[in-house]
Amino acid sequence: MRFPVLGPIPAMAAPDLHALANPLRFQRFATALTPWLLVLGLAFMTVGIWRGLFFAPPDYLQGETVRILYIHVPSAWFAMGGYLGMALAALAAMVWKHPLAALSVRAIAPVGALFAAICLITGSIWGRPTWGTWWVWDGRLTSMLVLFLLYLGVIALIHSHDDKARGLKMAGYLAIVGTLNLPIIKFSVEKWNTLHQPASIRLSGSSIHPDMLQPLLLSALGFLLLFAGLVLVRMRTLIAEQRLEMRAMRRAARAG
Amino acid sequence: MAVAKPKQQRLVLALAALAVMVAAGIVAIFALQDTAAYFKAPSDIAAEPPAPGQTIRLGGLVKAGSVGRSADGLVLNFTVTDMKADTPVSYRGIVPDLFRENQGVIATGSFDASGHFVARELLAKHDENYMPPEVAKALEKNGHPMGAGRPT
Repeated sequence: MRFPVLGPIPAMAAPDLHALANPLRFQRFATALTPWLLVLGLAFMTVGIWRGLFFAPPDYLQGETVRILYIHVPSAWFAMGGYLGMALAALAAMVWKHPLAALSVRAIAPVGALFAAICLITGSIWGRPTWGTWWVWDGRLTSMLVLFLLYLGVIALIHSHDDKARGLKMAGYLAIVGTLNLPIIKFSVEKWNTLHQPASIRLSGSSIHPDMLQPLLLSALGFLLLFAGLVLVRMRTLIAEQRLEMRAMRRAARAG
Repeated sequence: MAVAKPKQQRLVLALAALAVMVAAGIVAIFALQDTAAYFKAPSDIAAEPPAPGQTIRLGGLVKAGSVGRSADGLVLNFTVTDMKADTPVSYRGIVPDLFRENQGVIATGSFDASGHFVARELLAKHDENYMPPEVAKALEKNGHPMGAGRPT
């Protein structure tokens, strides 16, 4: 399958990534890319979940309950991956003071919070029939809840200050400090006694049967593209909002 | 030596901060190993026996061939093992679907005066292997049943 070229984006051809940091060029790039990410993301997610629900085999131990895996695992991966992305954006905003980096923090936070919430809710629904409980305070479940709360904290801090730049700065600090939680989530199931089982997919290979792994990876690709698409939608919205505000300010200045 | 530009200084500081945070997370993982443990294994209990009546969570594998019911069928008896030590457990209540031999289990309860562990709550653990029933059956036929011999 071939996809048409996204349009004139000189930044893509040039090795110079700085070109993308130009907000106008970024706008054009994001406008062209967003529908692709959303449509392909939805398509991969639908196919992955569809195959997972109706074509993948049941599990030898859990039976049909295992199928919630195809939603739970991708949302967990990108809730964590998104957090790393948000922390790196906060770091870039701090170092280079580029407006797009700060904008990325604002754009990623609610999408990441949504993914973390999906992970927690589906995990809870999965836990009831398999473990026999909706929730326990073990290392993995607790650290994942902390990730969700960190996202909420970042969102709250963004809106906490009348001076927007200061609120954003504090949110950035929290985002960076919160990276502490990522290795804890990852290794909690390896190093601590938890109710949650250790990771199935590691560098050394996967302990998920290929017939189950394939729909999982399809669904995960969909979740990833959808995450990126939603972040771009939000970035465009935030840029448009800023423009409106500036226009209103100019108008007010002229009227005054 | 040339004085670093503010931007470079910020970059070094920010990267250092990020590295420290990730390192702190990794240190926490090792430092909190005992505190953050959700359950104690039979060998932990053998090493440090809790007082009778003290509520603990006991975790491990359900020992193969150890599961039985009392004469009236209400009390479930089984042994939790971590391959180093065994703890016999009695439990009266609803048993989770995934409870079976060679699979993980977490029993919340306490030792009674005679030193027998009585569970009030039973949770089933499952491992990180996902496979169709046919594959699990084939493995069992070839002498590699799932769950056998692996610590939780």
